[in-house]
Amino acid sequence: MTEHFALKGYPRADGRKGIRNIVLVGYLVECAHHVGREIVGSFRGKDVHLIGFPGCFPNPYAQRMMERLCTHPNVAAVLLLSLGCESFNKFSLSKVIENSDRAVQTLTIQNNGGTLSTINDGVKWVSDQLELLGRSPSVPMEMKDLIIGTICGGSDGTSGLTGNPAAGRAFDQLVAEGATCIFEETGELIGCEEIMAERAITPELGEELRASVEKAARYYATLGYGSFAPGNADGGLSTIEEKSMGAYAKSGSSPISGLIKPGDIPPRGGLYLMDVVPDGEVRFGFPNISDNAEIVELMASGCHLTLFVTGRGSVSGSAIAPVIKICANPDTYRRLEGDMDVDAGRILEGRATLADVGSEIFELIRSVAGGQQTKSEMLGHREFVLTYKSFEPIGPACLPG
Amino acid sequence: MVAQILQTEPGQDDARLLLLSERDNVLVARQQIEAGEQMLVGGRAYVLTRPVLLGHKVARYAISEGAKVIKYGVAIGSAFRPILPGEHVHLHNLKSDYTKTHVIKGSEPS
Repeated sequence: MTEHFALKGYPRADGRKGIRNIVLVGYLVECAHHVGREIVGSFRGKDVHLIGFPGCFPNPYAQRMMERLCTHPNVAAVLLLSLGCESFNKFSLSKVIENSDRAVQTLTIQNNGGTLSTINDGVKWVSDQLELLGRSPSVPMEMKDLIIGTICGGSDGTSGLTGNPAAGRAFDQLVAEGATCIFEETGELIGCEEIMAERAITPELGEELRASVEKAARYYATLGYGSFAPGNADGGLSTIEEKSMGAYAKSGSSPISGLIKPGDIPPRGGLYLMDVVPDGEVRFGFPNISDNAEIVELMASGCHLTLFVTGRGSVSGSAIAPVIKICANPDTYRRLEGDMDVDAGRILEGRATLADVGSEIFELIRSVAGGQQTKSEMLGHREFVLTYKSFEPIGPACLPG
Repeated sequence: MVAQILQTEPGQDDARLLLLSERDNVLVARQQIEAGEQMLVGGRAYVLTRPVLLGHKVARYAISEGAKVIKYGVAIGSAFRPILPGEHVHLHNLKSDYTKTHVIKGSEPS
């Protein structure tokens, strides 16, 4: 055990605590995106982030995701931007935000004099909020208050050797100290279902874990592509099973306490698998069109920050929650050092052990939770993507005890 | 990539190759090994006709057609051609038992 976790967070009415204090601008259809971009563009270098949903057709998943994201613990106040004729239910979203005790304002472009006056009104509202936030109190925060997610992207043959197992070590330490950890992408656990099911805290949960991977295998088989990009092959990975085994190492070795779906918030500390593959027939295309869609789902389940392991070299960050970039490949690190927070590839070159890098990641999580900016935050990366999906609620065996 | 046997001596695998699990029939390159260099696999030295890139796999033993390729102690797919010891194991001789692997046409490594 390390010394007491002396962190401070921003308290929210639901009892959760934020590690950032962000004013969020959310557009509710692509037609309102430009107005949002212009508003946020007036606050360069400030904690004003842009998210949104581009579609004009209704989707309960997108509605729920926006609700969860607008009430994420890192978010203090929300400006919603509506064109006026889209299907998104801005009234219910606004109500959810208001009920969470956050400031919320909705501007409807068609009723607000169009682009320019909506930008002006939005900038004014955000400025007022930033001024109020400057006086936000903070409270002590403990390990049990933290939710950490992990993904990998731009994987290669080194990801499963260095970055992913090192992230797994950090996860083991976080879970041991009471934090909540979430790993995901069941489509990248194909081939690992049996060994993973054995780690479930109940046999029934083990069955659910196995079934979630089988669902992913069926889903991707229908689409005709695995969760496998050409760059994965250039980096030495030959099959989805091989990529999966590397990705699986991110989960560490703790028992698996539950299976959640995007937007489900884990009830207590421990390790959880997020099932990101939609339920039912294949409807809206690929489960997650790119890495950021996965980060968005982790945030919707309350992740304060995300560990992102890359071999080929992803440069992405995220809106709302910081991303810690762990570079598995020593050559990539030398090329992209300015984008990478952790050089895990030195394990391959004998310059560090897995345990060294695991501890380094753990310490960095504490620092970033304490306010230290990650490389992607410093560079202004605030990627965000949200698309159509459909899910059934999780079954009773998914969250035992 | 065809590896050619140069000599036989008792011994180990090349220090630049990682064995991840005793059950594995592949080794993983922990750094790039250049064409023309010798690479030791199972006590035999091979001269590389093509480089082995960082993170890529070479066969630890002969792997017969249809046999499972084992890495991390588990199957990562099946050989669809016989694979010689020391040979590069990748898309040209290994396929998924789940979904096929997509590559951009014209960029396939061999």
